[in-house]
Amino acid sequence: MVLALLKYGLSRRYPVREEIPRTPDLKNHYDVVIIGGGGHGVSLAYHLATKHGITNIAILEKGYLGGGNTARNTTVIRSNYITSQSIKFYAASMRLYESLANELDYNLMYSRRGQLTLSHSDGVSRALRLRADSGTFLGERNEILDRQQIKELVPSLNLDIEGRPILKGLWHPDAATARHDAVAWGYAIRACDRGVELHQKTQVTGLTVDRNKVTEVQTNRGNVSAGAVVQCVAGHSSVVAAMAGLRLPIRSFPLQAMVTHPVKPFLNPMVSSTALHCYISQSARGELVIGGGSDPYELYNTRSTLDMKESLAASALEMFPFIGDLKILRQWAGITDMTPDYSPVMGRSPLDNYWLDAGWGTWGFKSTPASGFYLAQAMAEDRVPEMIQPFRLDRFDTFDLVNEMGATAASH
Amino acid sequence: MHCPLNGPRNISEFICYGEFHNHPDPDKTSDKDWAEYVWLANNAAGVVREWWCHTPTNYWFIAERNTVTDEILRTYPSEDLRPSEELRS
Ligand SMILES: Cc1cc2nc3c(=O)[nH]c(=O)nc-3n(C[C@H](O)[C@H](O)[C@H](O)COP(=O)(O)OP(=O)(O)OC[C@H]3O[C@@H](n4cnc5c(N)ncnc54)[C@H](O)[C@@H]3O)c2cc1C
Repeated sequence: MVLALLKYGLSRRYPVREEIPRTPDLKNHYDVVIIGGGGHGVSLAYHLATKHGITNIAILEKGYLGGGNTARNTTVIRSNYITSQSIKFYAASMRLYESLANELDYNLMYSRRGQLTLSHSDGVSRALRLRADSGTFLGERNEILDRQQIKELVPSLNLDIEGRPILKGLWHPDAATARHDAVAWGYAIRACDRGVELHQKTQVTGLTVDRNKVTEVQTNRGNVSAGAVVQCVAGHSSVVAAMAGLRLPIRSFPLQAMVTHPVKPFLNPMVSSTALHCYISQSARGELVIGGGSDPYELYNTRSTLDMKESLAASALEMFPFIGDLKILRQWAGITDMTPDYSPVMGRSPLDNYWLDAGWGTWGFKSTPASGFYLAQAMAEDRVPEMIQPFRLDRFDTFDLVNEMGATAASH
Repeated sequence: MHCPLNGPRNISEFICYGEFHNHPDPDKTSDKDWAEYVWLANNAAGVVREWWCHTPTNYWFIAERNTVTDEILRTYPSEDLRPSEELRS
């Protein structure tokens, strides 16, 4: 270390290790083409390469690695959903997350803090009870807390919000956060180690469909053919699906969030309130991360609005009145692919060799490991595993929805 | 947003009710087509034609909007709707 410092300290020839290889030339053909280089795309590539030996893969990303919703989310990882299908899936993803830094040999800053979801009415208290019991039944840790217990857990929380006193809380001790960028980088590095090609600044502009198969993927850098093609493009799901002639049960809405300047640690758990449309956590740097519900109308534009920032700030102040003097440091938006039942659309498409990984809306960061794990299995074995069958596209034909609105709308 | 009844009003007074489409006849539509009508969306990136409502006056009208630039291009009463007409930006 000291020697290296002396040797390279003032030299330009320091041997920089490029963990993520530069974008290579496009080949004519790949076994698998993945459209979208966010967390989901690189997780899928990683699992195809490491678990199934499929390495002739190109990930086509129109911008840069993990620059979409992966870089914009508030990193809540949890399994306290309502339906057994969802709880099992998100719990599986949480288990994968818990050991992921070791598996990838990459620091993800995984931090288990627990999540407290607040109720301000009897109706919501009943819904929280249902979520607690459903989770417990499937082996996940959940508990209903009364006011006294909430006070002990988060002493800084204002329990007596005017007109909306806090009545109960759903405590989910295993909920966690992780560094979102690192998740994308870690998967990408390990996938590229196995020979996967990551093509940044490579936008898919069209798909050629012949005899119910996607035969060619058109990009701004040339065209490629592929054995199988899969789209992992979040907010742009409908746009890319339309290139394959498909319509999806998805509408794209902006979702905004913001952080304050850093302060000393005072808030360990994540706190969320559906009635106030707001959730808060404190990052490792000390910033308060504040998020809420989606924008009121559909849009493919990541502009921010003062309306939304005002309402987030107002709700945050109800819960923690003393943060009134903090300044907002950064604010942003991502385009989220919302489904009618707040569950994803993943698995087969009506085309033979075209797969879907879509409808992750405001809840897809926690699913990044499991979506890649199970979709890779489905594609490699050409058989959709039971775990993700509930999320198939044709559930809408039979009205077999997996309704998670109550567990998702305001706490992602 | 310009409300055809009330003139320019703050956007927070309006609710968007989604893309305009023709209602299929439930008696003559297959289950599959009906499910598509209920659940699937064009979700186009570009100019769209939508139902909007000015909530204080409960006035419903049509808006043409660019979902990429976030511009409202035209608003008009639903009587003036010509669904077959091409959308212009
Ligand atoms: C503000 C906000 C807060 C959120 N909070 C949470 C949370 O707390 N917990 C949680 O679990 N989830 C949360 N989410 C949701 C989560 O961020 C997403 O579901 C998840 O990151 C989706 O990952 P992805 O890889 O599918 O998409 P992305 O990371 O968006 O990647 C898709 C990629 O596809 C690329 N692409 C698009 N079109 C093309 C094309 N034509 N050709 C090539 N590439 C293309 C894009 O450039 C992009 O990089 C939040 C989202 C937002 C916006």
